[in-house]
Amino acid sequence: MNLKSILAPAARVPGGLRLPGRKDTAGCETLRMPPPARVVIPMCHHIGVPAVPAVKKGDTVSVGQVIGDIAGSCDDIGIPVHASVSGTVRDIVTLTMPDGARSEAVVIDSDGLMTPFSGIQPPKIETAEELLAAAGASGLAGLGGAGFPAYAKLKPKKDTVIDTLIVNAAECEPYITVDHRACIEQTADIFEGVEILQRRLNIPAAVIAAESNAPQAIAALNQVAGENVSVMKLPARYPQGAEKTLVYAVTKRKIPAGGLPADVGCLVMNVSSVAFLARYLRTGKPLVSRTVTLAGPAIANPGNYRVPVGTSVADLIAFAGSYAAPARKLLIGGPMMGTALASENTPILRYHNAVLAFTADTAVPPPQKDCIRCGRCLLACPMKLAPVTLKNAVKTNDLDTLRKFDVSSCYECGCCAYVCPAGIPLVQQMRLGKAQLKIDN
Amino acid sequence: MDKLLVSPSPHLHGGASTQRIMLDVIIALTPVSIASVLLFGYRAALMITCCVLSCVAAEWLFRRLLRRSDTVADLSAAVTGLLLALNMPSGAPLWLAPIGAAAAIIVVKQLFGGIGHNFVNPALTARVVLFISFPGLMSRWTVPCALDGVTGASPLTILKTAADAVTGATGSGAATLPPLGEMFLGIRGGMLGETCIVALLLGFVWLLVRRIISPAVPLTYLAVTGGLFLLTTGSAETTLYQLMSGGLLLGAVFMATDYATSPVTSWGKIIFGAGCGLITFAIRQFGALPEGVSFAIIIMNILCPHIERLTMPKAFGKQP
Repeated sequence: MNLKSILAPAARVPGGLRLPGRKDTAGCETLRMPPPARVVIPMCHHIGVPAVPAVKKGDTVSVGQVIGDIAGSCDDIGIPVHASVSGTVRDIVTLTMPDGARSEAVVIDSDGLMTPFSGIQPPKIETAEELLAAAGASGLAGLGGAGFPAYAKLKPKKDTVIDTLIVNAAECEPYITVDHRACIEQTADIFEGVEILQRRLNIPAAVIAAESNAPQAIAALNQVAGENVSVMKLPARYPQGAEKTLVYAVTKRKIPAGGLPADVGCLVMNVSSVAFLARYLRTGKPLVSRTVTLAGPAIANPGNYRVPVGTSVADLIAFAGSYAAPARKLLIGGPMMGTALASENTPILRYHNAVLAFTADTAVPPPQKDCIRCGRCLLACPMKLAPVTLKNAVKTNDLDTLRKFDVSSCYECGCCAYVCPAGIPLVQQMRLGKAQLKIDN
Repeated sequence: MDKLLVSPSPHLHGGASTQRIMLDVIIALTPVSIASVLLFGYRAALMITCCVLSCVAAEWLFRRLLRRSDTVADLSAAVTGLLLALNMPSGAPLWLAPIGAAAAIIVVKQLFGGIGHNFVNPALTARVVLFISFPGLMSRWTVPCALDGVTGASPLTILKTAADAVTGATGSGAATLPPLGEMFLGIRGGMLGETCIVALLLGFVWLLVRRIISPAVPLTYLAVTGGLFLLTTGSAETTLYQLMSGGLLLGAVFMATDYATSPVTSWGKIIFGAGCGLITFAIRQFGALPEGVSFAIIIMNILCPHIERLTMPKAFGKQP
């Protein structure tokens, strides 16, 4: 046992579930996928304003070259987009993303050479402002799955002092082991990144939080944990890695409704993001590839694959040895919060951490019956909401109830629907409720 | 490749189902059902069969007439039927079963939208309907193991009479309370499912182990009724008799915990249980009737939406 890890128990968070981990890929070393014949890179890879294409049809591009410029002023949360392969711009198209949003996308035919862009050089960092600018230029948007630009996250807010950096290695969704592998394979990068963030942003304490079901990751982190950086073992409980839940588990501070971690003096960053940031500051190579866990009952060779951004799901699956059984459902992201895909030709983006394929017998949701008011959704909700009440308010468009009982606090973790014996798609109901309020505002 | 299925997240499900929950309730009611047959004989088995069949038939028929989906498989009608039977006295004629079933399933449950939409407990309401319509038939309880099936008074009636006649000068001296041990095993007059305390406790444990119910409602209910009797009578023995008498345990464990008609919030469950306890005590102590469990639960059922709304938890991180 290494005494460097904090053994103080984490704060007990409300709700949540014990899910089957299914982390069979935890031991799978990350494999680098060669460039596919073609990549499709949307201009909107993140929460915020989409970039505008900086190239045109027929242009030659190289790896790391900017192909999408920040639109609008710097205060909008926009970040540049880079070419992930070298080759020729085939076209600029409009794409429907898995979440239904539409975005311009640059289609690049790869020349297979992966020629690096000549302008790449490490940024000079001497101040916090320069760190911010570098984080923006790197194209980093939350690798954990939310896609919140690191630039916006690191930007200081008025009247807030950050005293704790929480590095999120609590990969609570089943199947996904990207951050787990990062802890093992990129340990040095992680600590370098933590050190830079602490030094440049003047953050006295840093905690790397991981779940107890990732012992190898915790062991790897413990080897390099130091005086200013501790490793905290959290119970393996979904949704432990969700920002509000994580901040409370680590610091016992409650983020106010509608607020951000900064409101309670915390900066939360995904562990893979921190490692990337350290590498970027060292090499200047922007975010052009990422690791995804490819898994699920329909996949022949589950594992962790490093793919150029914009690689299609179909290309990844073909590279990894195709299907073991016919797939009935394809997910991008985890099984609890991920999005079901309508097509194999969906590009993998910067914030996508998994591609999962399910067979017919594992993909079909349970039949929907009438609510029996068992109240299990209340017990499961990490935000202490009452999905049963909110669901009824959605049905009758009862905006007062939706507002009073805070449907907007729902972050769609899926615990309520997971436990519902009547098979009601409660998360979808909460989304509808939030939309009803948005229309009203 | 087959066509891909697109559905909203989450894409995993825990596997719980209404049917499995109802099956667990039936399992929890099995000990007391067996006990009722052992105590009251074959007529108990007949009554259980008639009530379950009537309720299932009423559910199937009514939904078919209204061209709604068939919900017999969710087993909720079977549970209602079983509870209805356990709320009948052994001496009641079997033709009461379909009348009770119609009241429970058609009037209380289906007319309000089916499972989860009823605002009072179906089986309990049926018990009250039958009790008010056929008071004589619904009080025809035989004392178990009596040789010729004598009709006897229930312990609650005896307690009530004793409480009313402070001096004890009335002619009811012949009726005496059974010893506590017999009360616990259920050897006394009463409805089919309410006498055998040990069997009810077994069912309670099953429901808790399977996490079908929270202990909040039954425990506050029993604690408040028991506490009030202890305070007013000062006698632990009377309190124990009160707790084991009548439909209190059956009501507290199986009826007051009905999902549709009890609050979903934690504080709501406590208030609900305490309210049931208070009303039960008031009716038993001051009312004209010897038993108050049915009315107590039904009154609290009606208040349930208000209790629930007033006890809704604040969202995590929301300022007061």
